[in-house]
Amino acid sequence: MFRASAIKEPPGDRVFLLLVYAFLTIVLLSVLYPLVYILSSSFSSPQAVISGRVWLLPVEPSLAGYKAIFDNPQVVTGYANSIFYTFFGVLINVCLTVMLAYPLSKSTFYGRSLIMVILVITMMFSGGLIPTYLTVKKLGLIDTRWAMMLPVALAVWQVIIARTFFQSNIPKELGEAAELDGCSDLGFLWRVVLPLSKPILAVLVLMYAVGHWNAYFDALIYLKSPDLFPLQIILRNILILNSIDASMMVDANKMAAMQGLRDLLKFSLIVVATVPVLAIYPFVQKYFVQGIMIGSLKG
Amino acid sequence: MKRHWQLYLLVLLPLAYIVIFKYVPMYGAQIAFRDFSPIKGFSGSDWVGMKNFADFVQTPNFWLLIKNTLLISLYSLAIGFPAPIVLALALNEVRSARFKKTVQMVTFAPYFISTVVMVSMIILFLSPRLGFIDLIVRSLGMESINFMGVPHYFRSIFVWSNVWQGIGYGAVIYLAALAGVNPDLYEAAKVDGASRFQKVLHIDIPGIMPAATILLILNIGQMMNVGFEKIYLMQNPLNTSTSEVISTYVYKIGLLGANFSFSAAVDLFNSVINLTLLLTVNYIARRVSENSLW
Repeated sequence: MFRASAIKEPPGDRVFLLLVYAFLTIVLLSVLYPLVYILSSSFSSPQAVISGRVWLLPVEPSLAGYKAIFDNPQVVTGYANSIFYTFFGVLINVCLTVMLAYPLSKSTFYGRSLIMVILVITMMFSGGLIPTYLTVKKLGLIDTRWAMMLPVALAVWQVIIARTFFQSNIPKELGEAAELDGCSDLGFLWRVVLPLSKPILAVLVLMYAVGHWNAYFDALIYLKSPDLFPLQIILRNILILNSIDASMMVDANKMAAMQGLRDLLKFSLIVVATVPVLAIYPFVQKYFVQGIMIGSLKG
Repeated sequence: MKRHWQLYLLVLLPLAYIVIFKYVPMYGAQIAFRDFSPIKGFSGSDWVGMKNFADFVQTPNFWLLIKNTLLISLYSLAIGFPAPIVLALALNEVRSARFKKTVQMVTFAPYFISTVVMVSMIILFLSPRLGFIDLIVRSLGMESINFMGVPHYFRSIFVWSNVWQGIGYGAVIYLAALAGVNPDLYEAAKVDGASRFQKVLHIDIPGIMPAATILLILNIGQMMNVGFEKIYLMQNPLNTSTSEVISTYVYKIGLLGANFSFSAAVDLFNSVINLTLLLTVNYIARRVSENSLW
């Protein structure tokens, strides 16, 4: 087998394969390079960054950018808030998703096709931004922590993924046996289904967690008090709107140094905001890929 | 039914969520036809018929908004839709499992970067002072360019950065579809003396067509909702002539300007276009191929 493919390959095929490898290498490098550039810049000195001397490895390594971040009280509160929203948000998400997906996976559940229609309709139509905002406002959630969690308490797509998983991975016979033994539906869900569903629970936790950690728009429209702002809003203010506390700009002499630090801080902030999500990804990639596939092919 | 009362109890809370946060706003969309007043509520405000829609069509910005929205959508579709397919087809040819895995892992990673961070990265990279793009531009002997300030570049920046961020994530589905292709077909092709390229053309591409069709229909159904959050963050006063799209307009007029009924009408207008596109494409797909959403 190996011999045949290594030696007898026609020249046309070898050229094709070479092109494929060249293409993939270009893709690989163009995705990787910006990430490396950000990382290296964040560990360089402010002077090296503004004079454009960083191109691959850190120049004049320093932690000045990271120090500036954690000296900034806004960033620290933002971080704490984001952790809060992500943790409790995901808790609500996963509970509601399982509560809806599990009954829908049972063929004995009367009315499940009606519920499915109700769910699928929401994927195609929505009230739109303004009516949704007015509803949230009417409920009195504006400028409360709930506004970050309740309006996105459930994603229909994830319900469908979870339902598909339960349907194909929990044998019907198991449920029937448990019923004969006098186990209630809730007991069965809690003691049998959930322990058997760790892969799908991991997928749900991840997909929802990424959503919460990266969310900024809900905060932008629903929150007003700065002490409730999640990290992404703080990032937007510093990185995109370029507004840093005016008190930081003490006198004109320090302006240049400040400008350098401000630029450096952006690179470090990007790293600090992204690392938590990226760090867990290699460990759960397998599940993640599974999740996308269930969702896309059988949805 | 009585035997499984616990299951019915379980679905109550999630269903309440769906009704309150999905169906109540749908009901509320009627304010597009009313003159909404916060005191009178969704169904108490006065009817004004199609006035808000007529107002929108008559705004001086109307054609510009439509044009910007459509151009960004079509550009996204033309580049963003095939990109993951090409990546998946290329990955499928790779025999070294390690190289394949490395490329997959690295290209998947940007998916986790938030929109805010993504836009910050774009701004940093393209800034005429800091970014590596500027280093490249200058080393080619050209003047620094303020990319974010040139309306003409906006679409390309938006579309290609989306490709950068989404290509690995998008490829996963096609790789799964390719893994499901019957190996006998490859054997038969080999016997018939097909080249690698012919194999891709005649086996791989037909193999992923069902998945591609479904995704294409879904994409087109969302066509007018081009990444609102990202476009909004990428906007600046210099590039609004190409970056203002219907959804950013709805946000600015509706929430920032508190013009609820008018912008709900604009939003509804947008949704109707989306739904029409979805139905049309689905109809065509059902006619010309076996695959459609329903």
